[in-house]
Amino acid sequence: MLSAAEREEIEQVLKHYPVRDSVAIDALKIVQRHRGWISDETLKEVADFIGMTPADLDGVATFYNLLFRKPVGRHVIALCDSVSCWIMGYEGIREYLSSKLGVGYGQTTADGRFTLLPIVCLGACDRAPVLMVDGDTYGGLTPAGLDGILERYR
Amino acid sequence: MEKPLTGRMRAGGQPVSIREYERADGYQGLRKALAMSPAEVIEEVRDSGLRGRGGAGFGTGLKWSLVPAGAPKPRYLVCNADEMEPGTFKDRLLMEADPHQLLEGMAIASYAIGAEISYIFLRAEYTLAAARLEAALHEARQARCLGEDILGSGFNLEIHLHTSAGRYICGEETALLNALEGKRANPRAKPPFPPVVGLWGKPTIVNNVETLCCVPHIVRNGSGWFRRLSRSQDSGTKLFGASGKVKRPGLWELPMGTPIREIVEEHAGGMREGVRLRGLLPGGASTDFLVEQHLDVPMDFAGVQAAGSRLGTGTMIILDDRTCPVGMTLNLEHFFAQESCGWCTPCWSGLSWTEQILAALERGEGQPGDLEKLEWQTRFLAPGNTFCALAPGAAEPLQSALRYFREDFEAHIREKACPYRH
Ligand SMILES: Cc1cc2nc3c(=O)[nH]c(=O)nc-3n(C[C@H](O)[C@H](O)[C@H](O)COP(=O)(O)O)c2cc1C
Ligand code: SF4
Ligand code: FES
Repeated sequence: MLSAAEREEIEQVLKHYPVRDSVAIDALKIVQRHRGWISDETLKEVADFIGMTPADLDGVATFYNLLFRKPVGRHVIALCDSVSCWIMGYEGIREYLSSKLGVGYGQTTADGRFTLLPIVCLGACDRAPVLMVDGDTYGGLTPAGLDGILERYR
Repeated sequence: MEKPLTGRMRAGGQPVSIREYERADGYQGLRKALAMSPAEVIEEVRDSGLRGRGGAGFGTGLKWSLVPAGAPKPRYLVCNADEMEPGTFKDRLLMEADPHQLLEGMAIASYAIGAEISYIFLRAEYTLAAARLEAALHEARQARCLGEDILGSGFNLEIHLHTSAGRYICGEETALLNALEGKRANPRAKPPFPPVVGLWGKPTIVNNVETLCCVPHIVRNGSGWFRRLSRSQDSGTKLFGASGKVKRPGLWELPMGTPIREIVEEHAGGMREGVRLRGLLPGGASTDFLVEQHLDVPMDFAGVQAAGSRLGTGTMIILDDRTCPVGMTLNLEHFFAQESCGWCTPCWSGLSWTEQILAALERGEGQPGDLEKLEWQTRFLAPGNTFCALAPGAAEPLQSALRYFREDFEAHIREKACPYRH
């Protein structure tokens, strides 16, 4: 069952649209914010609430890079792998992160703290290399600086 | 030098509040527009010569006039704030540092086309811009610059912020409309074009953030003033940027027509110690490479096109002589292959082929004939073979890399390795 808070948030956004199922992406983002990811069960609850079939809603969910249909850690690290960050050496940052955390792309640390993902250009190319942890963007990355950034996310 | 788009921004990185904005003539363009007829506003913008800053350069006033006269309401204005073109970071600054400028531009555009509901389609990752836009929307409603009976004129407008869930194709304007409708963001067949059949089937104008930010200044200062800002036949100032191994990567508001050399050498401070400029993508990932011989090309629509590329977003990505052009092309084509929406075969299949051939070249497993195969792919990806402009855009850096950096591609096959790695 969607929580009262989830339903209330979805209802608020629904007011922006003339058609009910237009809220699909907002609704998926709202429940993901509450639950971390979108399980099959969650997907079905959202579909029922906004009047779509689960299959149609899954078609939407699987289209977008930042809707998670698998469990993720408490924090998601998204490392930019696009062109300016490539030129500025993001691959060194990836190797450092992978060995420090002991995970590759798409994997979650054993303690459930971090999931590591690649992401496309974050629109901060003047500060390359760049990554995002949850909603926060960090640029000018160095291995030494990374330790301090990760400390902020327990 | 006049800098209408960035002149109000605060040094410390805090956004301009509505009080500061109004003190610096903010919302004066909207006041002036509301005293004009919508047709007069469209005419002023058309006379200004403003062309879209989202990449395609379509005339803004002309686009607005494509909403059929007497079309029933609702009509919609959508601000394209998806900004996912690799190498591009200009709209981020405009939204984070001076959000009211965008809201004022949207209000004027909505008035001109007769929209009473408008959306900002913002990419998911711009969380700071989202918070600042929400705060600015609240301030503007309180000040009656948005909402009902705006500034006592009788005009009503509500602006909603929609944050996306991450996919490059959402920036294509008809894919964007599907995304806003809560659907998979595959592009739509055109015609009909959005000004006739758009969001939920209603007339809709889609404009880029930077385009809309120019509008208040044009209405307030006049079309002639906007034309005179530029150093070329394309009007206005433009946010130009540079990333890669330059001394000072960044973003600068400069007259349209500023030469590439001036941007790279003066504003970006030239190349870092130990590297030389080898080439550049002038306007984001989906523009053709230019090389040293093009440094005196003016950054405007006609100038960059005459040099064989496109102005695109005006934010350039610099390739230096220590970075492998084949590796860079692989990185770009990986992006396009991943972000293809999968609707048409030349795009989804062609781009994954392209990526695999380039990856083999980089691993030292390239074969004679690979470059010819890549050239075929650029022809399959060309305009007219696919549903939208993603595929032709993907062909641009590839075809120009094959032309300008041919010897590097050949060396990968001959030496059975990437020469930049050993
Ligand atoms: C694959 C693709 C991605 C695009 N992404 C963006 C984008 O992020 N922002 C944008 O303003 N325009 C983008 N465009 C261009 C839009 O389709 C459209 O031309 C533009 O928003 C119109 O606004 P303008 O006339 O003000 O430039 C993209 C086009 C394509 C083909
Ligand atoms: S060209 Fe590519 S992105 Fe565009 S509609 Fe076809 S498959 Fe989708
Ligand atoms: S390429 Fe990494 S932020 Fe743009």
